[in-house]
Amino acid sequence: MIDTFIIPTLKILIVLNATLVGVSYMTLLERKVIAWAQSRLGPMRVGPQGVLQPIADAVKLILKEDITPSKADKWVFTAAPVISMVPALIVYAVIPFGPVVRLFGRDVSLYITDVNVGLLYIVSVASVGVYGIILAGYASNSKFPLLASLRASAQLISYEVAVTLTLVSVILMSGSLSMVSIVNAQYNAHVWFGFVQPVAFVIFVIGSLAETNRAPFDLPEAEQELTGGFHTEYSGMRFALFFLAEYANMIVVSSVATTLFFGGWLRPFPNVAALHFLDVIPSWTWFLIKSFVFLYLFIWIRATLPRYRYDQLMRLGWKVLIPVAILNLVVTGIVKVMLL
Amino acid sequence: MAHAIAFYTLAAFILGFAILVVTTKDTVHSVLFLVLDFLFVAALYVMLNAPFLAVIQVLVYAGGIVVLYLFVVMLVNLKRPPEAHSDPHRMTKFGFGLAGAVLIELGAIVVSGYMKAPAVTSPAQNLPVSGNTEQVGWLLYTNYLIPFEIASMLLLVAMIGAIVLAKREL
Repeated sequence: MIDTFIIPTLKILIVLNATLVGVSYMTLLERKVIAWAQSRLGPMRVGPQGVLQPIADAVKLILKEDITPSKADKWVFTAAPVISMVPALIVYAVIPFGPVVRLFGRDVSLYITDVNVGLLYIVSVASVGVYGIILAGYASNSKFPLLASLRASAQLISYEVAVTLTLVSVILMSGSLSMVSIVNAQYNAHVWFGFVQPVAFVIFVIGSLAETNRAPFDLPEAEQELTGGFHTEYSGMRFALFFLAEYANMIVVSSVATTLFFGGWLRPFPNVAALHFLDVIPSWTWFLIKSFVFLYLFIWIRATLPRYRYDQLMRLGWKVLIPVAILNLVVTGIVKVMLL
Repeated sequence: MAHAIAFYTLAAFILGFAILVVTTKDTVHSVLFLVLDFLFVAALYVMLNAPFLAVIQVLVYAGGIVVLYLFVVMLVNLKRPPEAHSDPHRMTKFGFGLAGAVLIELGAIVVSGYMKAPAVTSPAQNLPVSGNTEQVGWLLYTNYLIPFEIASMLLLVAMIGAIVLAKREL
C-alpha cells in the first residue's frame, strides 16, 4: 500500500509543486539576469531584492479580468492554454532526479517512474504540446495570433526532426531508451555523453532553444512583428498559463540535456575514488546544479543574441542542423560497430 | 475483471470520439476529436503491454500527422455546412457496400477468433532480446524485413510524388 500508492503520490505532489515554484522563480531569474546584462537592477520593490515578485505577479494575474473575444472559438480558446500546460508537466514523470536511495528505512527512487521507453515518451508528449500554440492562434480568430501559430508549428516541426536525430545518437551510445539506464550507461562508460557526442549536444541545445520558442528563435512571440504572438488575445491567468508552460518546457529540456549529456545525478568524475568526499552532496543536488547551468545559459543567450529572420531560421534548421545530425548519427553508428 | 473494465471503458471512448469525428460540423473540432481518439488508442496499446507502440502512436499520429491535417483544415476554411457541397459523382451506394463488406470481414475475423482456441505463443516470446522496443526492432529486421522495406519504399514514393506535384518545373 505504502510502496504502490502513498509514495508515488507524494513524489508526484513534490515534483509538481517544486516545478511550479521553480517555474515562477524562473521568471524572476530571467528578469534579474537580463537586467544585469543591460546594467539595470530588475525587480527590486517587492521583498528584499525583489524576491517576492513572482508571488505579486501571480496575485495580479489571477485577479485580472479574463476576456474571451466574441468571435473566438470558445471551447478551443479555453482548451489551448491547458493543452500547452499539461504536456509540459507530465513529462516530469520520467525525469530521474537521482538514483534509488535509502530514506527512513525504505528504498525510494528519486524519479516518479522509469519506463522502458522514457526518452520516446518525452519526445511524444512534447510533440503533443505543439497543439497548444496552434490552437491558441486559430481559436483567437485574429490575424496576428494565426500568423504566429503558423510560424510556431513550422518551427517546432522542423526542429523536432533535428533534436530527435541527436537523441538517436545518444540512444546508440547508451543502448537503452530508459532515462535511468542512460545515466547508468554514462557511469559505466566512465564519461559523460556530452564529451563523446559534442556535435549532438550542440544541435540539441540549438534545437531545444527553438522548440521552447526562446530567443534567438522566439519568432512565434516576436512582439515587434506580431503584437505579442499567439497569445495576443489572451489575458489574465490563461495568458499566464502559456508563460508557465514555456518556462516548464525550459526546465524539461534542461533536465533532459543534463540526463543525456551531463550524467544526470552523477557527481563529476563518478569513477574516481579520490573524489569520494563529493558524495557528501546528495545526488539530486548535482542534478539541480547541472540543470540550473542550462537554464542560466538559456537566459544568457536571450540577453545576448538578436532574433533570427524567419527564412534564416528555416535554412538553419533544414540545411544545417538536420544534415549535420544525420551525419553525426551515421558516424556514431560506424564507430560503434567498429569498436565492438 | 479490472482489465475488462479498463478495456471496455477505453473502447467506449475510442468509438465515441470516432463518432464525434465524423458527425461534428466544425472541421477543426473534428480533427481535435481525432487527436483524442488517437490518444485513447495509445492507452489501449499500453494496456496490451506494448509501450513502444503506444508512444509511437502518440508521436507519429497524434503529434505528427494530425498537426499537418490541422494545418490544412485551418487554412482552407471549411466553414460551409456539409449540405452545400453535395457532389453529383458521390457514390453513396458503393460506399455503403464497401463499409458493409468491411463490417462482414471484421465480424468473420471476430467469430473465427472465438471458434479457434486462442493462440498462446506470440512471436515475441522466443526472441533473443528482451524489452518491448528491442523485440519490435528485432522482428522488424528479421521476420518482417521485406514488408518493412516495402513500406519504407512506399513512403519514399509518396514523398517524391509530393515534391514533383508541388514543384512542376524543378
